Amino acid sequence: MKRIGLTGDEAIAYAAKQCDVDVVSAYPITPQTIIVEKYSEYVANGEVDTEFINVESEHSALSACIGASLTGARVFTATASQGLALMHELLYIASSLRCPIVMGIANRSLSAPLNIHGDHSDMMGSRDCGWIQIFAENAQEAYDWTIQAFRLSEDPEVLLPSSVNIDGFIISHSMEGVEVLEDEAVRAFLPPRSGACAVDPRRPSTIGPVALPDYYFEFKRQQAEVMKRVPVALERVCREFNRISGRRYGKFQSYGMDGARTAIICMGSAAGTARHVAKALRGKGERVGVVKLWLYRPFPVDELVRELEGLRSVVVMDRAISFGAPFGPLCSDLIGTIHGKLPKLKVLNAIYGLGGRDITEKDVEGLYREGLRMAEAKAPMVRVKYVGVRE
Amino acid sequence: MMSTLRELTTEELLAPGHRMCAGCPVPTFIRMTLKALRGPAVLVNATGCLEVSTSIYPYTAWRLPWVHVAFENAAAVASGIEAGFKALMRKGRWDQKVDVIAIGGDGGTFDIGLQALSGALERGHDFLYICYDNEAYMNTGIQRSGSTTFGAATTTSPPGAKIPGKREWKKDLIAIAVAHDIPYAATASVAFWKDCIAKVRKGIEVDGPAVIHAITPCPRGWRHEPSESIKVARLAVQTRFFPLYEVENGKYRITLPVPNPLPVEELLKTQGRFRHLFKPENRWMIEAIQRWVDKNYERLLKLSQL
Repeated sequence: MKRIGLTGDEAIAYAAKQCDVDVVSAYPITPQTIIVEKYSEYVANGEVDTEFINVESEHSALSACIGASLTGARVFTATASQGLALMHELLYIASSLRCPIVMGIANRSLSAPLNIHGDHSDMMGSRDCGWIQIFAENAQEAYDWTIQAFRLSEDPEVLLPSSVNIDGFIISHSMEGVEVLEDEAVRAFLPPRSGACAVDPRRPSTIGPVALPDYYFEFKRQQAEVMKRVPVALERVCREFNRISGRRYGKFQSYGMDGARTAIICMGSAAGTARHVAKALRGKGERVGVVKLWLYRPFPVDELVRELEGLRSVVVMDRAISFGAPFGPLCSDLIGTIHGKLPKLKVLNAIYGLGGRDITEKDVEGLYREGLRMAEAKAPMVRVKYVGVRE
Repeated sequence: MMSTLRELTTEELLAPGHRMCAGCPVPTFIRMTLKALRGPAVLVNATGCLEVSTSIYPYTAWRLPWVHVAFENAAAVASGIEAGFKALMRKGRWDQKVDVIAIGGDGGTFDIGLQALSGALERGHDFLYICYDNEAYMNTGIQRSGSTTFGAATTTSPPGAKIPGKREWKKDLIAIAVAHDIPYAATASVAFWKDCIAKVRKGIEVDGPAVIHAITPCPRGWRHEPSESIKVARLAVQTRFFPLYEVENGKYRITLPVPNPLPVEELLKTQGRFRHLFKPENRWMIEAIQRWVDKNYERLLKLSQL
């Protein structure tokens, strides 16, 4: 194991390189572009044995990924923002055709107005597409999750595509020291895909047929069922990855939850700030914690309920708006999760950081304070607020 | 190449029992196409008539691997399949050459799928793209496409009191394909089986992308008798409306010259979609179509002499 300087984008590209990917099909878009640039360098220098398809759009990028994945190849792509939105219809088809594609996403805002900076609007617009959705906090996690995502996606019990999300610019373009595994260790952890050709002329099958009201629902019902197998497979993958890396992942990571009265739940880079502030506040005797969600889809319902059991209130940080909905998308999921199980838990939904707006320590401290105030008896059960915006 | 029917394989990779309309020549065309295969192949089908009518779960009419992903991306999906097999062969995880054929209608090719097709042609994937052209969105109920002939009545270009049918001209798909400098492009007609099969085989055999543009009349949309589809397809060639030619590495060749063409009116009058053109006030449109046909054939003659 060695430690090298990598940006979040480079960490994902480096991981994909070690995963012996057979086909990459991708299109440039800020802030993901470094991923495909780095990978193109690997191809040009003969460091990987990969068919790189330089497509003419993200729509074709994912279309070609689906085609390649059906041959049994290991497939990778990357995108962001408008690119993910352009892929939208194919996202559903990739998961429905059970293609274990892995996609790096440098999360970015959606137009209009055009903005190239980080928020979670892009992924949240695709949260129901049947993909495994993982959010990494930093470059190290991006690297580790990319490798684990291939194992998880290609697990015969799963066979679903995965996205590894990093905050645009904040993580995608920030260089950090990343501990990388030896190539051989990754190869041993992730052997080549085999026996997975769905378009074998020796065993012809019809892929992507028409299914009318008499069958369509059963297909979708089974797809919902497959999602339930992900958590068990994820635990298996994370356990094995821990063995080769010494780093232990799971559905989420907690900090300072022992005896906490309130906690922040968030995804991505904000977790670092939340942890940093929590540490300082705990030093002053405040009972605050952090739950950083790694696995957003499938949503770890039961485990979260157990994790939040002792809390009086929870601050759910959403880096996206669900226009017209009562809460941000993460908060809607959380409220659905705790309904009837943690009836006394109060919820503050903080919508922050859109279009790359910074979230400061002061903002986060304010959220903790407000979370603690909400824990008092007379405070309302639920509140939604926007943080760091001129109103 | 085969010169008699007897030399064709009797294997039918498109099984009977599919749900294409009575008189639709597309299944006939697909059966011809599949008889031109040289070995294992995968078919990628864009959303459209052929796709929805041959794959209604739990049944399928396909006896070879068949993939449908979406409407506008058959060429992109084919790119991925070609690249996947290529990578797996090189890495020793796949052992046989698989030909990749993408098929789309005119909507899926001329309009919504044109970008994906252009990208795949530019990248030079080794695959054959076939467009079966029935000159409108027939699957959704006869809406005009970029391929619909000038003047034709469709449900979105209805002949009204003010506008007498479609006002725009048909795109030249083969010219677009040829502009990508691909090794092979050709037109084909379901009425000329030998020409058709030979071209499909050539398209498969060339190293790199190939495009075939086939005319397949639609009894429902063109408003002709279901029994007359082949006759209409033949008339399209005999009137020079849809000339049969090929472009091999940039070299044009008319594969079925029509020295003494019938007037295009002979073709138009077989179809209800052109009925309104025969009103005295619209006769100019028939003349305009004739001029368009003449101009295109002249151009083709010149190109074939280069």
